[in-house]
Amino acid sequence: MNWTKKDLLEIKKLTKEEILLILETAESFKEISLREIKKVPTLRGKTIITLFYEPSTRTRTSFEIAAKRLSADTINISANTSSYVKGETLKDTGKNLESMKPDVIVIRHSMPGAPHMLARTLKSSIINAGDGAHEHPTQALLDLFTIKEKKGRIDGLKVAIIGDIIHSRVARSNIFALKQFNTEVVCCGPATMIPPHMEKLGVKVEYDINKAVIDADVIMMLRIQKERGGVSYIPSIREYACLYGLKKTHLEKAKKDVIVMHPGPMNRGIEISDEVADGEYSVILDQVENGVAVRMAILYLLTGREQ
Amino acid sequence: MKKRVFLDKKAIDRTLTRITHEILEKNEGCDNLCLIGIRTRGVYLAKRIQEKIKKIEKKELPVGILDITMYRDDLSKIKLPVVKKTDISFDINNKIVILIDDVMHTGRTTRAAIDALMDLGRPQKIQLAVLVDRGNRELPIHPDYAGIFYTIDKGEEILVKLKEVDGKDEVIIVGTQ
Repeated sequence: MNWTKKDLLEIKKLTKEEILLILETAESFKEISLREIKKVPTLRGKTIITLFYEPSTRTRTSFEIAAKRLSADTINISANTSSYVKGETLKDTGKNLESMKPDVIVIRHSMPGAPHMLARTLKSSIINAGDGAHEHPTQALLDLFTIKEKKGRIDGLKVAIIGDIIHSRVARSNIFALKQFNTEVVCCGPATMIPPHMEKLGVKVEYDINKAVIDADVIMMLRIQKERGGVSYIPSIREYACLYGLKKTHLEKAKKDVIVMHPGPMNRGIEISDEVADGEYSVILDQVENGVAVRMAILYLLTGREQ
Repeated sequence: MKKRVFLDKKAIDRTLTRITHEILEKNEGCDNLCLIGIRTRGVYLAKRIQEKIKKIEKKELPVGILDITMYRDDLSKIKLPVVKKTDISFDINNKIVILIDDVMHTGRTTRAAIDALMDLGRPQKIQLAVLVDRGNRELPIHPDYAGIFYTIDKGEEILVKLKEVDGKDEVIIVGTQ
């Protein structure tokens, strides 16, 4: 199995083999972060730009650390300190950046398809680090990696994804990724936060969290996407916290060895209680740790692909 | 395509026995030694040498696995290799590391392996053991222990096959002539 794609734009376009190649490669890279000297020379001389039009703590840091541990050079650009505020279009920004010969541009944008447009325009490899409510492929891949690491398999698992599904690029990418395997995916949230015709993606829809978590191997919690107007889809945040916040009592209905995931940032006391977020079933910080290994693997595969 | 068996199962075993004795002789026993095999076939040779040392010295040396892909100097020129795991579960600081590979050719794999080891710690010494030295070096690197030396002719290829990977132990020379 060889990697041939120039860009990583969406999980939907990946084959199962490609997903497995990324996960297998990430396994080999994970060990580097545990060393005393956390650096290998693999991507020496490669330049990687992170171009973020939306706020980020984890994803951006994770990409930068991944690139630096592989000896690539990284440059970070945030929209509010770039020429975007002077009115430059994304296409022009992209073309100007390309003139400086970066090998990879990692982009996050509130507009779905923005990374795709850059990918068509530029010769550099483009990685989608989240485009609006569309996809967040690297998050789904690190989630899959964490599930595989904790459960030893992906096939045969029941995964409950709970929260603001309609606005969640994490949910969308995870559904596409999980459905490449033999999994049962249940999406749960208030009716207003579940997109119509969800079932067509091969998932089950449940409006009661108490039913969604029954026999779950994995529970994935999502925050309300306030920046995409999520709050106006529910009567009140307090009511949402009561009805859809994950509490310890819910875990008793799930499998004994259930794991609780959250892509971050968490809103404690709303979609997840402190005792669950910090409890023994939580793998939330493992997800962050694995994110670096998965992004190292993706950078390695994209920059070394057959041309 | 002509094929000639250069070493058979017994000959490989005898050669490894000699290398083992040379390692023990040069280091005056096996105190402070550890074995690290370069993926893929070096790992199995390392395990065989570990067994032989166990028989002779009654001591079990640690064996580590080194994948040199991340340290290759030709990543931008070749078809992207799959990165496999490096698995060295012991401390190599101040140890004498016996680095083991099946075939030594240009010396570039050894260079990558030395760099990889240096990132993992500061061994007291690194010594190199190979089953086959086929000459044609491109770097000033030389093995401390070599099973056989054979400079191949143009169009020839020397292949090490091991039971654990290839189902059979043999060193063969294939070529058009």
